[in-house]
Amino acid sequence: MATKLLLAKAHVEGIRHFEVYRREGGYAAVEKALKMEPAAIVEEVKKSGLRGRGGAGFPAGMKWSFLAKPEGVPRYLVCNADESEPGTFKDRYLMEFLPHLLIEGLVVSSFALGSNRTYIYIRGEYAWIVGILEQAIAEAKQNGFLGKNILGSGFDCEIYVQRGAGAYICGEETALIESLEGKRGNPRIKPPFPAIKGLWDCPTVVNNVETLAAVVPIMNMGGEEYAKIGVGRSTGTKLISACGNINKPGVYEIDMTISVEEFIYSDEYCGGIANGKKLKACIPGGSSVPILPANLLLTTAKGEPRLMNYESLADGGFATGSMLGSGGFIVLDEDQCIVKNTLTLARFYRHESCGQCSPCREGTGWMEKILGKIESGKGAISDIDLLWDIQRKIEGNTICPLGDAAAWPVAAAIRHFRDEFEWHVNNPELCQTQNFGLAHYADPIHVPA
Amino acid sequence: MAEAVKTVKVTIDNITVDVPVGTTILQAARMIGGDVVPPAMCYYSKLQGSGGKCRTCLVEVSKGSEADPRPMPKLVASCRTGVMDGMEVKNMTSPKVEDARNGVVEFLLLNHPLDCPVCDQAGECHLQDLGYQHGKQGTRYEFKRRTFEKHDLGPYIQLHMTRCILCYRCVFTADQLTDKRSHGILSRGDHAEIATYIEKSLDNNFIGNVIDVCPVGALTDKTFRFKNRVWFTKPVNAHRECKCCSGKVTLWQRGEEVLRVTARKDQWGEVEEWICNECRFEKKKTTDWTIEGPTHVSRHSVISQGHYENTIKPKETFTAVHGGRNPQLLMDIHSVSEVNDPSIDLSQINGPATSDVYNHSTKQA
Ligand SMILES: Cc1cc2nc3c(=O)[nH]c(=O)nc-3n(C[C@H](O)[C@H](O)[C@H](O)COP(=O)(O)O)c2cc1C
Ligand code: SF4
Ligand code: SF4
Ligand code: FES
Repeated sequence: MATKLLLAKAHVEGIRHFEVYRREGGYAAVEKALKMEPAAIVEEVKKSGLRGRGGAGFPAGMKWSFLAKPEGVPRYLVCNADESEPGTFKDRYLMEFLPHLLIEGLVVSSFALGSNRTYIYIRGEYAWIVGILEQAIAEAKQNGFLGKNILGSGFDCEIYVQRGAGAYICGEETALIESLEGKRGNPRIKPPFPAIKGLWDCPTVVNNVETLAAVVPIMNMGGEEYAKIGVGRSTGTKLISACGNINKPGVYEIDMTISVEEFIYSDEYCGGIANGKKLKACIPGGSSVPILPANLLLTTAKGEPRLMNYESLADGGFATGSMLGSGGFIVLDEDQCIVKNTLTLARFYRHESCGQCSPCREGTGWMEKILGKIESGKGAISDIDLLWDIQRKIEGNTICPLGDAAAWPVAAAIRHFRDEFEWHVNNPELCQTQNFGLAHYADPIHVPA
Repeated sequence: MAEAVKTVKVTIDNITVDVPVGTTILQAARMIGGDVVPPAMCYYSKLQGSGGKCRTCLVEVSKGSEADPRPMPKLVASCRTGVMDGMEVKNMTSPKVEDARNGVVEFLLLNHPLDCPVCDQAGECHLQDLGYQHGKQGTRYEFKRRTFEKHDLGPYIQLHMTRCILCYRCVFTADQLTDKRSHGILSRGDHAEIATYIEKSLDNNFIGNVIDVCPVGALTDKTFRFKNRVWFTKPVNAHRECKCCSGKVTLWQRGEEVLRVTARKDQWGEVEEWICNECRFEKKKTTDWTIEGPTHVSRHSVISQGHYENTIKPKETFTAVHGGRNPQLLMDIHSVSEVNDPSIDLSQINGPATSDVYNHSTKQA
């Protein structure tokens, strides 16, 4: 059995409620933290090696230590619960079943950062979870773990839940801050970074739900112990939301030492490819990260087994690797069409671009149109090259990473599945009724000596 | 005694200048002037918070600073990036910048209707200039260009949403010059548009300035609509006593007739002083104004074709003026549309020139 630090109690009857959560050992982290110096808590988080679980994997302790602390200016902690990346649904699970774990993590983190008003910005479509969180907040307050003078420590903290209005871009931390301020959710131009000038121009830390929940086990066991779990710079456990053509889609907590192969095929996790089909490709970290064909997914270009962690999934860079991202693990079987899949993603990014900067606003729509053309059998070989050129001109030239997130899936699809694109172009009628299939995408990779 | 201003050294395209701390790369480049100045479509020095959006001003920072000489990993928006001491920047000397900027120009023109022949901004349009400098002949875009539902912004301001490049300048202008902004950007992505949400005319006394800040023909002066091409009009500086603004303007005349009033603009195309609606829209008689003299217009601008200031015509041919390049893109449209003929009543032309017209004409050539 793998280590479970976050979801261990998820199935305890009534764990959503304070009494049960408390009886199971909940809020011990708050009791412990309030007796410490805030700086010592930041130090523990640093020692734990915890990396941001929202996608970029930035070390949480380091982010916390960048927070400016000018005299007389409030500081804010904002929990990013916008979770709108296609394929990612781990925060939803955590908030829905273990709301008190998040609240506990928020109280500890707020104390460490000196935030007296902490916000949870939640995806608008998670409407029913708002009630669950608000109930948990009310219960924590009634029991003195939140509100004025928490546990007699003199520390005050209120947590507010703010619903988004259905925009993926509001998950980008500065767009989120704009939206929280009641403005149009456009990403800000950085610098300044939120750590200096964030919410209402005050120093702000934005962290993902899972990141903040992980602060609880870190507090309970100590940063050093936490860092012993996992491997290399991938410490602790990670929630993976697995979906697509697998037997057991769902949210799994993994120890970042297991291999991708084990994760897909073992009964403890995905339980293999559904309907006895074969694995064709996988997007291992949410829709923004590069798609990999089966062979490169299971082994690195060096022929080593690939592991489910930050470093191993990124091994080989974008040429032969991908990213752990937010942990949205999307599995495609041999019946799936890569062109169509890429079109679906392109449509998403076109729809979700905020439209502020020209490469993303115009480029995303253009890519979608060209992909639509290829997918419907009306493309030309030159369209594939054009697509490549467009994504190249978007990537790195935009205000926020959504531009990159729109470019990468297209780039990776062409990089690894160019044959399939060309097949669509060369077989305009056949591609409407048939599928390119698994082709050579699962063939053993040739490891250069 | 004045305190010594702290300065830092920055090198742009191998030219070094001393600039005050806090200067942006773009401002530093403007201090040098000439070709090292990156084009700026959204930045406006007089509008707080502007810039960073269009990405035409991207430059390469090949050395971060004396203290940290590492190059910056990505191209940066020069209008929003502050200089550091010892920073080295490449603009026209960077192939990466040229590649990215060509991309940006292509993106900006992608859905643009190319209706310059019937656009009042033609001749003083920053997108036209940018297109001349960086645009390719022909387009790689083969899909239908985006259109929008028409919104009426009232008797003064004409909105052509299809021409908008979403620079947000008009939004900042309304925020910073008027007490209550009543237009803004609706929707997101490629369907984002300038509108008032509930149809409403823009009537604040300073709202006319959005016309001057708009880099393209998306917001134009309704009282000047289809009256004339700007290059047939003669700009003169004039002033009047005005209760609400400086009263310092440029009049655009044809003969003795005042066809249009705008704020005066500096060499970067930015308004020198904001003017009020009364000066802009209501004072269309020469007798309303004290004329100061001709407005200086760059000889290379199409507006100077009226050659009122210098009677000596430039000796260079058009090709020489344009650095050996034969401008085709926009001139082609002008020639097929015939609107350069001043005897044509512009309001009689049926609809905008479409990309079809344009594509067709280049294919034949
Ligand atoms: C377009 C876009 C959408 C994003 N959506 C989310 C999101 O839904 N949830 C999230 O936690 N982070 C999201 N992020 C990442 C955040 O900007 C930010 O990096 C993250 O919340 C930081 O938290 P972490 O350090 O704990 O990962 C998004 C980023 C981009 C560019
Ligand atoms: S990259 Fe896209 S989403 Fe991000 S700021 Fe630019 S237009 Fe908006
Ligand atoms: S209408 Fe003009 S000023 Fe306003 S955003 Fe569009 S291009 Fe910019
Ligand atoms: S002028 Fe700098 S990004 Fe537009």
